[in-house]
Amino acid sequence: MPVKKRKKDLNLMENLYIPEIAKGLALTFKTMFKPKVTMEYPEVKFQPPASYRGRPVLVQEESGVERCVACGLCSRVCPALAIEVRASETELEKERYPEKFEINMLRCIFCGFCEEVCPEEAIVMSKDYELVFTDREDAIYGKDKLLVPVANLKDRLEFLRNFK
Amino acid sequence: MDIWGIVIESVVKILFVLTIMLLTVSYLVLAERKVSAWIQSRLGPNRVGWGGALQPFADVAKLLLKEDIVPKAADKTLHTLAPFLAIFIAFSTYAVIPFGPPITLFGREINLHLADVNIGVLYVLALTSLGVYAITFAGWSSGSKYSLLGGIRSSAQMISYEVSMGFSIGGVVMMASSLSPVDIIESQSGWMWNAIVQPIGFITFLVSAFAETNRLPFDLPEAEPELVGGYHTEYSSMKFASFFMAEYANMIIASGMIVMLYLGGWQVPYIEKLGLGSPFTQIIQTLSFFVKVGFLLFFFIWVRWSIPRFRYDQLMNLGWKVMFPLSLLNIVWVAVVIMLFN
Repeated sequence: MPVKKRKKDLNLMENLYIPEIAKGLALTFKTMFKPKVTMEYPEVKFQPPASYRGRPVLVQEESGVERCVACGLCSRVCPALAIEVRASETELEKERYPEKFEINMLRCIFCGFCEEVCPEEAIVMSKDYELVFTDREDAIYGKDKLLVPVANLKDRLEFLRNFK
Repeated sequence: MDIWGIVIESVVKILFVLTIMLLTVSYLVLAERKVSAWIQSRLGPNRVGWGGALQPFADVAKLLLKEDIVPKAADKTLHTLAPFLAIFIAFSTYAVIPFGPPITLFGREINLHLADVNIGVLYVLALTSLGVYAITFAGWSSGSKYSLLGGIRSSAQMISYEVSMGFSIGGVVMMASSLSPVDIIESQSGWMWNAIVQPIGFITFLVSAFAETNRLPFDLPEAEPELVGGYHTEYSSMKFASFFMAEYANMIIASGMIVMLYLGGWQVPYIEKLGLGSPFTQIIQTLSFFVKVGFLLFFFIWVRWSIPRFRYDQLMNLGWKVMFPLSLLNIVWVAVVIMLFN
C-alpha cells in the first residue's frame, strides 16, 4: 500500500525542527511579558455580566412586598426539587402570597428554569456567586435571605425582557 | 601543604557547593512555577512571603508532614533505596565541575572545584548513567504497572541518548586533548568556545542533556497523561521530594556540564585586556559561570513550557537515526578543524 501523503509535506526547514522550535520559543517568550489574566480573588472580585446565572432570588417591590403570587410553578419545574412554596391569602391586589418560600441551596443546580417559568418575573437569577454555608441547615435559604430589592436586580430584569 | 589546611579547605568548599545546590534546587522549583505561569498568562505563586519568595520552604514543610506510604506489592528495600540513590548521585556529580578560576585566599591557592579528577568528564558520564538505576529501581520495586512502564521507558531512553551524548563529548575531548574539566575550560579561551567551533556537537549535546534529565520534550518516564506519575507514582512524602530534588539537581548538573564543555566554563572572552587586577577578574569570571548556568536553567524551563512531548517511537527515531549520526558527523568536523588550524 502506498504511503498516504499529507496534505502539505514538511519542507526542509520545517524538517530540521530547530527553526520551528525557535519560533515556538519566541512566542512563549513574548507571552511572558503580556498582561496577566489572573484575578486575585479575595481582593479583586469578578463582576458577572447580566446573563450570569448566580443564586436565585425573589424580587421585592419598592413597597417592600414580594412579587411572588405563590403559584408554585417554580417548585413544580425545579429538576432538583430544591424549592418549597406554601401559599396563603392576602388583602393586597394580588390576593395570594407565599407564606413560606424556601430554596435548598445544596440542591439548586442553577439551571434557571424557575426564572423561565415564572409568570410574574418574581424569581430571577442574581449575580451573587459567593455561597458559603457551614452546615446543612444554613444551606436552606428562607424568605429573609431570598428577598432582594428590585433596584439591585435591574440588569437581570432588563436582560430577561430583551432575551427571554 | 599541611593536611589540616587541605581538610578545612575541602570541607568549606563542600559545604559551599552543597548549600548553593540545595538553595538553587528549591528556588528552581519556584522559578519553574513562576515561568510556567508567566508563559500561560498567569501570575504564579505569590502568597507566601514577598511575591512568593518563601514558597519553597512552605512546600518542604508540607511534604515533610505528609504520610510516607509504601504499597503492599512493593519491594520494600529497593523502594526505599531508590530515592536515596537518586539524590546521592545527583548531588555527588557536581564534585568535578569547576565554577571559577583558581583564587588566592589567606596565602593559599584555592581551586574552585571540589576535585580535580583528570578523567572528570568520564566521572560525570559514569554517575549520570548510574542515575538510570534509581529510576529503574523505583519503577520496578513499586509493584505498579505505571511505575514499571515509566522505569522501562526511562532506561531505554537514557541508554539511547547516552550514546550521542558520549560522541558529542568526543569532539570536545579532541579539541582539549584531555578529559580533565580544568583543561577543557582552559582550551576554550577567547572566543574559542566549543559552541561556536562545533555547533552540531553543541546541539546534539543539548538535546541529549534534555533527554538525560527527563525534561520535556523528552519526559516520557513520567508522562503524566499516560502514566499517572511514571516511576514516582507510588512515592509520597520526602521520598517523592527526593526524586523531585534529584530531577532539579540533574538539571543544574546538565547546565554546568553544558557551560563547562561548550560555553567556556568560567571564561569571559578577552577579560584580561580590561586589566582589572587580581581579585576582580576572578570574581567576574566566577559570576559569569553562574550567569551562564542560570541562563541555561531558564532555557530548560522555557523549553519545557513551549514544546509538546515526543511520542515514544519518535523519541527513539530521533535518538538513533538523527542524534547519533549527527554526533558522529561532529567528530569528523572537529577532526577537520584540528587538521586545518593546528
